[in-house]
Amino acid sequence: MQKQAIVINIKDNVATTVTNLSKGSPVNFLINQDVKTIILNDDLPIGHKFAIKDINPGENIIKYGESIGRAITLIKKGDHVHIHNIVSNRGRGDLNS
Amino acid sequence: MKFKGYLRPNGKIGTRNYLAIIPTSVCSATVAFNIASQIPQAVALPNQHGCCQIGADHEQTVKTLIGLGKNPNVAAALIVGLGCEGVPIQKVAEEIASTGKAVKTVIIQDCGGTLKATAQGIQLASKMAREISLIETQEFHINELCLGIECGGSDFTSGLASNPAVGVASDLLIESGGTSILSETTEFIGAEHILAKRAKDPELGQKILDLVKNCENRAKMMNVDIRGGQPTPGNIRGGISSIEEKSLGCIYKAGSSSIQGVLQYGETPKEKGLYVMDTPGQDVESITGMVAGGATIIIFTTGRGTPTGSPLVPVIKITANSETYNNMADNIDINASSIISGEKTISQVGQEIFEEVIAVANGKLTKAESLGHNEFGIYKIAPTF
Repeated sequence: MQKQAIVINIKDNVATTVTNLSKGSPVNFLINQDVKTIILNDDLPIGHKFAIKDINPGENIIKYGESIGRAITLIKKGDHVHIHNIVSNRGRGDLNS
Repeated sequence: MKFKGYLRPNGKIGTRNYLAIIPTSVCSATVAFNIASQIPQAVALPNQHGCCQIGADHEQTVKTLIGLGKNPNVAAALIVGLGCEGVPIQKVAEEIASTGKAVKTVIIQDCGGTLKATAQGIQLASKMAREISLIETQEFHINELCLGIECGGSDFTSGLASNPAVGVASDLLIESGGTSILSETTEFIGAEHILAKRAKDPELGQKILDLVKNCENRAKMMNVDIRGGQPTPGNIRGGISSIEEKSLGCIYKAGSSSIQGVLQYGETPKEKGLYVMDTPGQDVESITGMVAGGATIIIFTTGRGTPTGSPLVPVIKITANSETYNNMADNIDINASSIISGEKTISQVGQEIFEEVIAVANGKLTKAESLGHNEFGIYKIAPTF
């Protein structure tokens, strides 16, 4: 199977693509040894992330088994996950009151 | 395992044999550059600072210049001053000379201007170049190596492949008794708890957490989201969405060895082992700090591609992004994209990187060296006045 995306840690709710992928195409990836398939809701450039589970607003995005930020909208399984729908939890001087 | 290195009078071992021409302020940088241009084996440090700095910022620039002169890759040094700058010229010269290496000084105002200072500098440097040409390499154990580890222009391949492979190489060096320095404090934000657990004791773990908290607070004091500068626009185009995501990928460079200490910018480790140095995420300032702390060889992973080198030390460039490797083959030494494609394991590529470190320590030129890349920058921690 040609590797199309990688899930790094079993706790992750996102996968990272290793090739350019199109909206509507099915993506195969491994979680441990199991092959999973998801239909993409967006075009995914190489190296970008897509959700492998639904993620609610305010919920943490998990990659490498750790939080990399939180969702600011509802993110559906197969959605592109990036700066348009997630924010960082760190270095947020813009939140200084 | 051995390598061929240069023994210095204080017992430290270098991987190169440079005559360093060190301007104590930006005002003497052009004269320093002109002297170095005339002399083989001489390299001028493009210092852009050194005057009208106060307090800790002034101290840091002075200490960094001294540390750079003390680096084991420097066989001898010519200090070039204007004469009125903030950095104390004689103190810098004396501190570097305390390592036992030859140090001379040229002061532009004392000589009477550019032409006379340049002539005197060339006369002094030429003699020192002949003297250091007599220093031959000898065999030393690789535990004498001090490796500085850097990442720049990160993308999704950095955390997945190139950084973990470098971590393997770093672990191999640490296991042989050598020293590695992990840097770029900004790029621990979001992952510092993982690093802290690897500290040799809880007190050191807390120091790591405090280091990162202070860095984050400095960013927050600017009243903006750090995501204007970190991650960079290139990191973001390459798929990295937050500083946490970047950091979690970055810390893989440090492998799995236990952390022995936290170093200030430009500070030299007192023992062998893995250290964390407080440097900014800006690659050039970070590398300059590690070199001032005694790093004699740098490994640099990149996702997007960067030509960065350093005046005094070889910088080995690695990418796991095959497009980047093909696009910037001029600048990149090792292609680790076989990890992404699955042809090789992280462990296999890590071993290859380790072997390249030894080859470069033995004298193999990196691409950055062979293109004359001498990027340099002293990290400033306060404005100039």
